Amino acid sequence: MTAEATALAQEGATLESRQVLTFTLGGESYGVDILRVQEIRGWSSVTRIPQAPDHVLGVLNLRGSIVPIIDLRRRFGVGQADFTPLTVIIVLLVDLPSGRREFGLVVDGVSDVVDITSGDMKPPPDIGGRVDGDFLQGLATVGDAMVILLDVDALISKEMAMIAPEERDPDV
Amino acid sequence: MSFDLEQFHEAFFEESFEAVEAMEAALLKLDVGAPEADLINTIFRTAHSIKGGSGMFGFNDIMSFTHTLETLLDELRSGAMQLRQSTIDLLLKSVDVLRDMLQAVQHKTAIDTQTVSDIQFELELVVAQERKTSPVGPVSPGQETAPEPSAPATAARGWHIDLQPTPEFLAHGCDPVALFEALAALGPLAVEVDASRLPAFEELDPAVLALSWRLRLDAEVPKAAVEDVFAWVADACSLTLEPLDGQLPDADAELESASGEAAAGGAQAPVPAAPAPSDDPGRAPAAQVGSDATSIRVSIEKIDELLNSVGEVVITQSMLTQMGAAIGGPFSERLQSGLSQLERHVRELQESVMRIRMLPISFVFSRFPRLVRDLSQQLGKKIELKMTGEHTELDKTVLERVGDPLVHLVRNAVDHGIEDASTRERSGKPAAGTVHLNAYHKGGAIIIEVSDDGAGLDRDRILAKAREKGLIGVDEVVAEDAIHDLMFLPGFSTAETTTDVSGRGVGMDVVKRNITELGGYIDVSSTQGKGTRFTINLPLTLAIVDGQSVAVGSETYIVPLVTIVESLQLGRGGANRLVGQGEVFSFRGEYVPIVRLHELFEVEPRTRDLEKGLVMVVEGDGRKVGLFVDDLLGQQQVVIKSLETNYGRIEGISGATILGEGTVALILDVPGLIRLASDNLAAA
Repeated sequence: MTAEATALAQEGATLESRQVLTFTLGGESYGVDILRVQEIRGWSSVTRIPQAPDHVLGVLNLRGSIVPIIDLRRRFGVGQADFTPLTVIIVLLVDLPSGRREFGLVVDGVSDVVDITSGDMKPPPDIGGRVDGDFLQGLATVGDAMVILLDVDALISKEMAMIAPEERDPDV
Repeated sequence: MSFDLEQFHEAFFEESFEAVEAMEAALLKLDVGAPEADLINTIFRTAHSIKGGSGMFGFNDIMSFTHTLETLLDELRSGAMQLRQSTIDLLLKSVDVLRDMLQAVQHKTAIDTQTVSDIQFELELVVAQERKTSPVGPVSPGQETAPEPSAPATAARGWHIDLQPTPEFLAHGCDPVALFEALAALGPLAVEVDASRLPAFEELDPAVLALSWRLRLDAEVPKAAVEDVFAWVADACSLTLEPLDGQLPDADAELESASGEAAAGGAQAPVPAAPAPSDDPGRAPAAQVGSDATSIRVSIEKIDELLNSVGEVVITQSMLTQMGAAIGGPFSERLQSGLSQLERHVRELQESVMRIRMLPISFVFSRFPRLVRDLSQQLGKKIELKMTGEHTELDKTVLERVGDPLVHLVRNAVDHGIEDASTRERSGKPAAGTVHLNAYHKGGAIIIEVSDDGAGLDRDRILAKAREKGLIGVDEVVAEDAIHDLMFLPGFSTAETTTDVSGRGVGMDVVKRNITELGGYIDVSSTQGKGTRFTINLPLTLAIVDGQSVAVGSETYIVPLVTIVESLQLGRGGANRLVGQGEVFSFRGEYVPIVRLHELFEVEPRTRDLEKGLVMVVEGDGRKVGLFVDDLLGQQQVVIKSLETNYGRIEGISGATILGEGTVALILDVPGLIRLASDNLAAA
């Protein structure tokens, strides 16, 4: 491989771009990989689940599969707390250690689909705060606004660990 | 090999395991005195097909072993060898070895070569002893010992058929190839084509048939059978039939010329290139028997997908019905009748899809003849196994999980239930004991009975044992009919000596737990000296549950119908508060605790007033509680969806379902709910 080609390949790698669905949550802009998004749907009432954490609203029937709905506003402690016809659920496909699952996230509103190149990405500053750094893939600048990119796999895995702690062995 | 054979391995294993089962079943049916030729043929054929398959995939150990097996079977088949009990025993052992080998190859683990060669040697020995004259060394796998009887040498009886079709033959819709195939089904067929009338290529008309044929059928069939084949074309041809005298010009040469001319014939007409099976008349009928396609293999995921889609259709249909009821106007009536038709069809569709998952219980029962046979030999008891209702169908999942409990019950019946022959004769019973397996449908459930005509349960011994193990108090009085239930308690085993047969550390409590996990229950009845009967009651399927929907606030829950004892409304002052026990009420002479579902699940109810809502008495794990709910909604069959895979395990909830209007309702796990309630109470 010539030096020129290597340089090109490196440039290609650094400028790798992807599409991100952005949504608002308490005045901030968040983004998730568009390839993970299954569906965006309006709010409809969910079936409550006993003994679930506050921000797990319940489950919903999505074409025959039962999808847990997580209120990201309550999870992150931001945004509105009421449910209006404008409240939106983003249904995502998530890779968990136990397999691929669908999850719904309740957010304030969906904004846009934007292209983000890896050059636009900045690592998140490590200053603690309400949103655990583990869920953040990074910060991206779109125009003059900042988009917080979420790592949905990490977010949901952590949720699942809270919802269903290690299964008790029935034989013991 | 240019393509990957591995993709077919799974099919080979599945078929081979089935073949092994079939072999075993046939072996067990064999009567030493008068072996049925059909059965021996079945066994031979299955062995042969395993050999063929393993040879194709290069599983040489299996091929070599089945070859030896086949040699022995062939001797039996031809009548050269007498069937003895010892031979059946050996063959059964071979079946075991074969199954182990298949498993080993399937899981790519090492084959127990020692056992294999031992059994193989024994098989060879039996054959050699029978042949006496020529000692047989280890037979090399490739070498066939002519398993198919060759055609009788004197045969050559058959028919010469001279077929002179009219030029309009094809225009009449007659197909010569189909005729030849029909003839070939009767026996070996040689075809000679006469293309002398074929015009030059430029003058060819594809619709005009210019060929004629001379056929030779080497089969002893009546003239009428041959004429029948031509019955439909009689108008379009002239047909001459001559009996075959055995002296014929060389058939092969004729064939060659036929195919040569066929090539020359070009587009003129389809000329069959010798559709006749070559030299083996014995093979054709056997192949026909083997290839009757009455079933296909479908992966369970595909069926579940289908089931899901049908579930969706059901939901959409009930949504439409609800909407249709609200629509008035001129079309309303027609819409209604259309919708009710849709409902009926959808229901039928759902039932048919459910039935795909159903399998006959014979899949489980089939292992018992062998089990009982081996056990009775081992224990020196004479036992006859009776099986009825093997065709009763139930869901595959239930089927898979009911096997182990049944094995345990049958082992127990043989080991502990049936007495030895002398004891039996002393008490005036036939020397051979009977174990009876029976299955039948009753309502929405399947009942499986395991009964024996043995000694029956010894109540005093059960009682003494329970006391000794501290399962009941020393002076505790147990009701007569409750004594039998003691043996389902954990840590109970009556076997005085733990034998090799039972006493594997698995007790009746495990049997009971397995059954309970499947949503069923087990009962036992016993008469001393007469026998014992275990009755297992199981739901037909795990995919559907009959449920009662109840409302609590805005939520709907499904309570499995089998757990409901009664629903009632309490009068004023009907409940009492008990210190440390919460609320209780009097129900048929006992005090039953009240569990407020809204408190347990933290839902805002429509009423907290016990008199205004309803109390549903439910039973789980032998405990009763009164579930306090707002209202009863209706009974329906619901399709169970796992909550565990999509969300997580929730104490007190066994799953979820999707209601007619498309919302999710949770299905209550009553035993879990009762545990949860008592834990909460203890924590409070």
